[in-house]
Amino acid sequence: METNRHDRILLAHGGGGKLTDDLIRHHILPKLKNDTLAELGDSAKLNLTSEKICFTTDSYVVKPLFFNGGDIGKLAVCGTINDLAVAGSRPVALALSLIIEEGLEFELLEKILTSISRAAAKNNVNIVTGDTKTVEAGAAEKIFINTAGVGVRLPGVDLGCERIAPGDKIIINGTIGDHGMAIISQREGIKFESQLQSDCAGIGELTCKLLECSRGIRFMRDPTRGGLAATLNEISRDSGLSIEICEGEIPINPTVQTAADMLGFDVLAIANEGKFVAIVSPESADDCLEICRNHPLGADAGVIGQVVETRDVPTVELMTRIGGRRIVQMPYGRELPRIC
Amino acid sequence: MLDRIHKAQRVMEAACESLGRQINIMEVCGTHTVAIFRNGIKSVLPERLKLLSGPGCPVCVTDQGYIDVVLQLAERDDCLIATYGDMIRVPGKGGSLETKQSRADVKVVLSSEDALQLAKDNPEKKVVFVAVGFETTTPATAVAVTEAVEQGVDNFLVLTAHKLVVPAMRALLSAKNDNIDAFLCPGHVSVITGYGAFAEIVDDFGRPCVVAGFEALQIIEGLAEICRQLSEGKAEVTSIYGAVVTEKGNVAAQEITAECFEPADGYWRGLGKIEKSTLRLKDKYSRFDALKRFNITETPGEEAKGCRCGEVLCGLIDPPQCSLFEKSCTPEQPVGACMVSSEGACAAWFKYGGIRKSGHRVSG
Ligand code: SF4
Repeated sequence: METNRHDRILLAHGGGGKLTDDLIRHHILPKLKNDTLAELGDSAKLNLTSEKICFTTDSYVVKPLFFNGGDIGKLAVCGTINDLAVAGSRPVALALSLIIEEGLEFELLEKILTSISRAAAKNNVNIVTGDTKTVEAGAAEKIFINTAGVGVRLPGVDLGCERIAPGDKIIINGTIGDHGMAIISQREGIKFESQLQSDCAGIGELTCKLLECSRGIRFMRDPTRGGLAATLNEISRDSGLSIEICEGEIPINPTVQTAADMLGFDVLAIANEGKFVAIVSPESADDCLEICRNHPLGADAGVIGQVVETRDVPTVELMTRIGGRRIVQMPYGRELPRIC
Repeated sequence: MLDRIHKAQRVMEAACESLGRQINIMEVCGTHTVAIFRNGIKSVLPERLKLLSGPGCPVCVTDQGYIDVVLQLAERDDCLIATYGDMIRVPGKGGSLETKQSRADVKVVLSSEDALQLAKDNPEKKVVFVAVGFETTTPATAVAVTEAVEQGVDNFLVLTAHKLVVPAMRALLSAKNDNIDAFLCPGHVSVITGYGAFAEIVDDFGRPCVVAGFEALQIIEGLAEICRQLSEGKAEVTSIYGAVVTEKGNVAAQEITAECFEPADGYWRGLGKIEKSTLRLKDKYSRFDALKRFNITETPGEEAKGCRCGEVLCGLIDPPQCSLFEKSCTPEQPVGACMVSSEGACAAWFKYGGIRKSGHRVSG
């Protein structure tokens, strides 16, 4: 094999010539094998069961590339799957683009590709098309990944902020802040970093189950950058309604809380990568909760609050443990760069 | 827990009632400020109980003149600046450490220990440790200095702005803000100094000083204890922080601090020059003193135009009364130090503040 002579990516691996071909055929294809990808056509040809689809894209620049509970590859697969899932679709296919900095060790690339392949298999999606570019040293940091994804919309499911009404309940499928705190504590070299684990996971299976079993779901969103605080503020703004959440009901891993306190972060504003917030009708809340709790990714799920009429401007308020209230602001976003 | 909170609420209500006026309590420490906002404590207090944020966030009280010295040193090729994260965004003459970071050698450290290690790893540079903080952080700086002596690390320099809490409380009461009825004192500082350190405030000014930890319940019970004293016309030093705070404090920590540092007059943002309020290295350690090594004198600096940090730190205004608040001054683009530090009053008001256009702020 030609590439055996190299243990690092060269600029020429992105040149479109023999080295590129080697990279794709000998390193990428074997990991991500499926019939559509193997054709290596200019476009993937998909046979979908419906014309109603969701389509999304996201880029991943997380630093460090490998973290407790995941890596950039798993993140790139799960992140895009989750965007499709919360829009009410079943994720089916992904496109994968790698932007690789010259000098990246093949060993690292292989590890990332293995992780991509595992995450895709676990979530029942295929990588059907892709692209690889190389850039000179310094023009990227080791590797950036872009994924785009297609999902088939579930029949009869129509989610939207306009469907939200006062009295609706807010469900989250588990503890918050795990991804962000795992990354930041690894970066800062905090002692108990080993106990912090990213929640990086694909939630498509669980959201599909929920949507198939319950008609009471109005809206879903994955609270990634900006965490629960950003997501709830967006929902409040877009629905024109206010939101009340109870501090005591929000699932938080105690180590995450300690780490956040130590570094001066508000856990509500910390990123998640395997969570969704679902706004559901009051009648369906119990059923939804039970479906979540019967799934491994929803074991810690809880009803954390409700939607209320807006008095002045749409506001997210937190009822604190001591019976106090405070506003949950839209995070201003400089706290955690390159979190995903 | 709610039982105890309701009980405390009743004590506070009764005090406001019996005094028949507004009660002003200052929380001296930035950690308290943040805890108060985060737990929504103000929403459970009687309307006539007002909390004032005091000069207790190290980054906030550091005088502009000191910031300008740091920035000046950052320009030098032979220097590497080791600083706590919060400091790097404080604006000063010609930018901040963050904006200089691309050109100058600036490293964020988590401890004085890390700064000393940087000095060992970079023998060709003079590593200047930007030593800010109150009694809680000073002992660690002192330990680093003594280790530098033992290990002969001569390129480790300390630019000290370590400050003492009690002189600032005195200065506030005697010159700046006579309206403060009592102080909620920080638990972690008291662990080091002992609660006895606040006795002079009680003796000389007749203001209650109650030491509390940072849990919401402790803060509320601390406030209730203050209210009880005020309504009974008493002023005492009381600690409700539990057994970790003693009257004398952590003697070993005090000794190591006293070995390396001595009190000197110093400049504070908002409070101006306060007698014996800053710690400087003793003469026998002067070779580690960055000011002396570079022959620089620190002069009081000027606040950014329009910034009212000084008044905020004295509890004279709430941040929203500053016309720049939320307009040209945000955590993204801070005008003054109180918006930079996460413990700063302006940053806390911005992050957790009152009912505003929630959801309309642009997310990064
Ligand atoms: S809002 Fe900004 S400008 Fe105004 S006092 Fe606070 S830090 Fe200074």
